[in-house]
Amino acid sequence: MKNIIGREVPEYIEGIGKIDMFVGAWEKLKKGWMDEVTISPPNKAKMPHQSKNCLNLEEAIKKTSPKNGMTVSFHHHLRNGDNILVNSIEILANMGIKNMTLAASSLNEVHNPILKYLKDGTITKIWSSGIRGEIGKAISEGVLDIPVTIHSHGGRARAIHTGKINLDLAIIAASAADEEGNATGSFGKSAFGSMGYAGIDSRYSKQVIVVTDNVVEYPCVPNSIRQSFVDYVVEVDSIGDASKIATGSTRITKSPMDLRIARLAAEVIEHSGFFKQGFSFQVGAGGASLAVAKYIREKMKKTEIKGSFILGGVTSYGVDMLNEGLFNAIFDVQSFDAAVCSSLIENRKHIEIPAALYANPYNCGCMTNKLDVVVLGALEIDLDFNVNVITGSDGTIRGASGGHSDTASGANLTVVVCPSFRGRLPIVKKSIHTVVTPGETIDVLVTERGICVNPMKPELEENLINAGLNIRKIEDLQQEVEAIVGKEKEVQYTDKIVGLIEYRDGTIIDVIRQVKRDGQ
Amino acid sequence: MKKKRRTMLYIPGNNPAMLQQGGVYGADSLLLDLEDAVALNQKDSARILVRNMLQSINFYDAEVCVRVNHLDTPFGLEDLEEIVPLQPDAIRFPKTETVEELAELIKIIEAIENKHNLPHDKMTIHAMIETALGVQNVFEIAKFSKRVDAITIGGQDLTADMNIKSTKDGSGIDLARKMIVMAAKANKIDAIDTVFVDVNDEEGLRNETEYAKQIGFTGKAVINPRQIDIIHDVYMPTDEEIRKAYRIMKEFKKNKKAGIGVFAIDGKMIDAPVMARAAHVLELARIDFDSI
Repeated sequence: MKNIIGREVPEYIEGIGKIDMFVGAWEKLKKGWMDEVTISPPNKAKMPHQSKNCLNLEEAIKKTSPKNGMTVSFHHHLRNGDNILVNSIEILANMGIKNMTLAASSLNEVHNPILKYLKDGTITKIWSSGIRGEIGKAISEGVLDIPVTIHSHGGRARAIHTGKINLDLAIIAASAADEEGNATGSFGKSAFGSMGYAGIDSRYSKQVIVVTDNVVEYPCVPNSIRQSFVDYVVEVDSIGDASKIATGSTRITKSPMDLRIARLAAEVIEHSGFFKQGFSFQVGAGGASLAVAKYIREKMKKTEIKGSFILGGVTSYGVDMLNEGLFNAIFDVQSFDAAVCSSLIENRKHIEIPAALYANPYNCGCMTNKLDVVVLGALEIDLDFNVNVITGSDGTIRGASGGHSDTASGANLTVVVCPSFRGRLPIVKKSIHTVVTPGETIDVLVTERGICVNPMKPELEENLINAGLNIRKIEDLQQEVEAIVGKEKEVQYTDKIVGLIEYRDGTIIDVIRQVKRDGQ
Repeated sequence: MKKKRRTMLYIPGNNPAMLQQGGVYGADSLLLDLEDAVALNQKDSARILVRNMLQSINFYDAEVCVRVNHLDTPFGLEDLEEIVPLQPDAIRFPKTETVEELAELIKIIEAIENKHNLPHDKMTIHAMIETALGVQNVFEIAKFSKRVDAITIGGQDLTADMNIKSTKDGSGIDLARKMIVMAAKANKIDAIDTVFVDVNDEEGLRNETEYAKQIGFTGKAVINPRQIDIIHDVYMPTDEEIRKAYRIMKEFKKNKKAGIGVFAIDGKMIDAPVMARAAHVLELARIDFDSI
């Protein structure tokens, strides 16, 4: 059946069960509670002075008595330098464990080596906020029988609270930890910053292993993971490729196109009505998105506006803005570059927050709910402002939902920045491959060829027109783009569903179908 | 109203992606280049590409100019034959040295226009001064024809012609800059400054643009879209200038309604040139004249 935003989603899917249909971005929250019940954290005990140390990862994993059908979790704070996930899955596979559910907060190219374990039945189910690389491609081609579930960062926290993702084993990489498992990502040779996504895994997983390449004297402070949740501690030579983990400062793009879009977006923000004393702000780390921060920084200095907080994925650029006194605080669920680590340790206004506090819709106030302005990217956007950030132009999975729908839902002003087309591929389209973030939560689209305001926001449109900005209809922009790049060849799909897009409230907003290969 | 020419973005005529995106960066003027940016063996393909782009691409509000090759080269005439019928806003003629050259250029352009039943007063000509001889003759060049509505300086070629080193302070071409501005001002046309080549030196660009503005240049050529915003910032009128212009235009409207032509503000007479200047200031400040 077609759901409320017109996406064809079956009511029942084999291997998943009955589908809870998306009913609107805020419809379920209005109740004040969720229909699902929350689960209790596991019931565990340790004897006094009992050692948690294990010789190696294999010994630690064996001690947790892994079994077929288990769910194992990982965080993605090591970015593309992570080798803990692949090593752990290899160990489990060598032990003959089958039918596992992988609950990684995100999967990147670095995890390509586990593809063989999707093929041989070691891993049969995946929950993740994003899937890139060969795994995404293989899933799109139907390598798994059961569709993967793509959740948001807030949605992951919710799903763990409710036991929908029921963790048996959490393997948590840390850049420093002590013998009891107090652990952090903020210092050490592989420092990566905040461990925001791992906290909930440590609390809810039946067993927890902390893996580090830097065992420090007790106690490890500051710590993001507390000893009371940790079963085992393992020291390894390296948790991954330090050059890809401990990245330097993120630089602002030099692409004239991204800068042009960013400048327009900053003007939109300035005149939106939300650029005022005490406003809160979030931008992504990529291209035009981070560049918006550059222009907002200049505008804040010029107009002497001081913001309240910066949220989200945090870059060293955000840290600079904090240090300049432009914002009161940073809430950091995920550090986009390791250059922020020293700030995380030294500046008490740079506060690490867990994923549930960041974006879980079902609590008494996640941080995204307090957000004024967020700037987000898009792989595709349709005429209803629905955004795809998960599937590419060929229909295969290659992106991440991340905090996209969480922040869009919470912010007073959600600005999507993207070029209107890339190469020969249209980005602004009549119909998009997959909807991750519903259009009702997107306020304005900024492209190099113009600014389009969601018709649901007439006041915003009026503000921007009064400021002299050139606003155009998204339909006009789409037609212009089509005139330039021509009509896209339609991607052919089979009926098989390979992925579910879970909205943050647990409903299904869209599905991803198997891409048809030649001869299929 | 006088058209803004704060920035003139160079776009190589043989780069389809850059041509296609040329209009999106907000430059006041675009310069589709068939000359120095294009290798000798690509001259014909660039010409065809620019010709086709002129007919199919939306350059939005930007003024569109095409820099053709000099008539001394084997490409100049063909460039004009292909481009003039499409009547871009302007033709930029490189290495202008004498009025005789200009006379020949205009003769050819008008012959092509006649052939296609096109008017002679739509497309303008920008004379580019890039040699010492050109600098010496610039006043005559600026004065020669009504079609010439901008004089531009090509700093790179000029330093080469003068056999001096190009320096960041531009001291070697300072006299040329000032002579060009003076010739343009004397003939009430625009003067466009040369490019600032170090695209990563934002402060250097800002300083040079401030100097160019100070000595009278209308705007500056740009080799990277990233340079546009800085130049526009420099050319943004001050609050005081905007207030003054606003007052002039408001009084003008009031007096016009009452049928009064010439009027005074604070004892100073406001005439047509003052009003034109005020209108230009408001346009730079993005204030809609009609809304006053």
